[in-house]
Amino acid sequence: MSFWNDPLKVAADWLMGIFTGWGMPEIAAQILIGFLGVLILISLLMLLDIFLVWVERKVVSRFQDRIGPNRVGPFGLIQPFADIIKLIIKEDITPGGADKVVYNIAPMLSMMSVLILWAVVPLAPRIIGVDLNIGALYIIAAGAIGTLSIIMAGWSSNNKFALIGAFRQVAVMVSFEIPMLTMLLIPTIFAGSMGLNAITEKQDIWFVFLAPLGALIFLIAAIAELGRAPFDMAEGESELVAGYNTEYSGMKFGMFYAGELLHAFTFGGFWSILFFGGYRFLGLEQVNAFLAIAVIIFKAFIGYWIIMWIKYTLMRIRIDHMLGFNWKFLTPLSFTLLMVVALMNALLQGTPTWLYASSMFLSNLVLGWIALELARSYSRKEREKVEGPKPVAEAAHH
Amino acid sequence: MSQWIYIGLFFVVGLIIPVGAITFAWILGPKKANPIKQSTYECGIETVGESWIQFKAQYYIFALVFLVFDVETVFLFPWAVKLSQLGLFAVLEGIVFILILIVGLVYTWRKGMLEWV
Repeated sequence: MSFWNDPLKVAADWLMGIFTGWGMPEIAAQILIGFLGVLILISLLMLLDIFLVWVERKVVSRFQDRIGPNRVGPFGLIQPFADIIKLIIKEDITPGGADKVVYNIAPMLSMMSVLILWAVVPLAPRIIGVDLNIGALYIIAAGAIGTLSIIMAGWSSNNKFALIGAFRQVAVMVSFEIPMLTMLLIPTIFAGSMGLNAITEKQDIWFVFLAPLGALIFLIAAIAELGRAPFDMAEGESELVAGYNTEYSGMKFGMFYAGELLHAFTFGGFWSILFFGGYRFLGLEQVNAFLAIAVIIFKAFIGYWIIMWIKYTLMRIRIDHMLGFNWKFLTPLSFTLLMVVALMNALLQGTPTWLYASSMFLSNLVLGWIALELARSYSRKEREKVEGPKPVAEAAHH
Repeated sequence: MSQWIYIGLFFVVGLIIPVGAITFAWILGPKKANPIKQSTYECGIETVGESWIQFKAQYYIFALVFLVFDVETVFLFPWAVKLSQLGLFAVLEGIVFILILIVGLVYTWRKGMLEWV
């Protein structure tokens, strides 16, 4: 086992030797090493988070045909540090009628709910915070803390905008959790485990090729979970100022903002772990652990970029349409997909891999096509109710 | 068990970082509160009545529907983990379970609970 293959174990053994050499009991040394590891991981995440602020601003400006931050440092790279200094020296205003305890806890919980998600993210074959065998459930459980922080922020602010924003956001988050949970079941079925490391290791064929529709539904549900456009009516700035974080200023607002960006990046990572092979790419992960980390970061950035792309392309959807879309379209579709995958998995047990993979792929495509056709015919009917039947012969005159 | 100690460490460190950042900013930032600054922000207009308004009953309905589905979907996880080892019968059993869930969804739908009124 060389350093390049398993840096975590080498470093842990080295530190263990030092700490026990100091006369520390083994269990205390282990916990201390764990603490140091977690501290390093989370500090690197915060650093990444600062970089994400720059990425987000640069990408949005490119989408909107602007240049974006370009004054402070090369390509404006120092801009987020300037932002942080600005946030730090801002006054921390607590509105008069606010519930102070809840108001102050909410931004901390918001950031924490994102950071603890990284406990189960496999960064390389042997580099993972905790290889929980219920990783998929842990994601949902940790995400629920984020929901909690939003309702806390909205309720405690003593502001109508914040409260309405929080209501909307929570309604959306809990609703879209159903298709998301269901789509987490699909990699679980393929891998035979809920552990994210096991799911990654089983992906000799990326699961996106087995269940492309599942990957798509997971992405949609993840975007809704993040509260990003087109599902961002919780912070619809034209109606609610900023939604649940209207009353927050300074570093507390910064925590919500940074938490949201890191959350989006994290879900890009989860998307790549569940459906795009995680740290695996052409056997690179066996060569060097750091290459594996580079691969998963790269894939997470691609996922994050797609989430941003959707955010800056589509417009906001009304809340009733959104909940209707979830409960009347996405939820039945995801349950149907789950049944199809489970049944196909049972029937194709023991068949060659190519047959298994291609039948899964085709069944997904067929199901997606049927769902789209149903949605299309329904929306045509709805449109005709409002606009009347479409004139057919019009095109002929041009 | 030791796994959960590490999860606990993640919770602790994950809380220390934001608490530290907010405390640091609170120490450095100015503290000049006044009633107008602390009043509820509503785009410059005085707030009318209570800020803790009544919420729409629809949110409650959606929360209820969510609760049913969330709890029942969690039951599906053990089934999904062992699916490849289970026989066709157990798979069909699971599908019947999902169908019962869908019947519940159809019932809610037909009752008009999914409409935003």
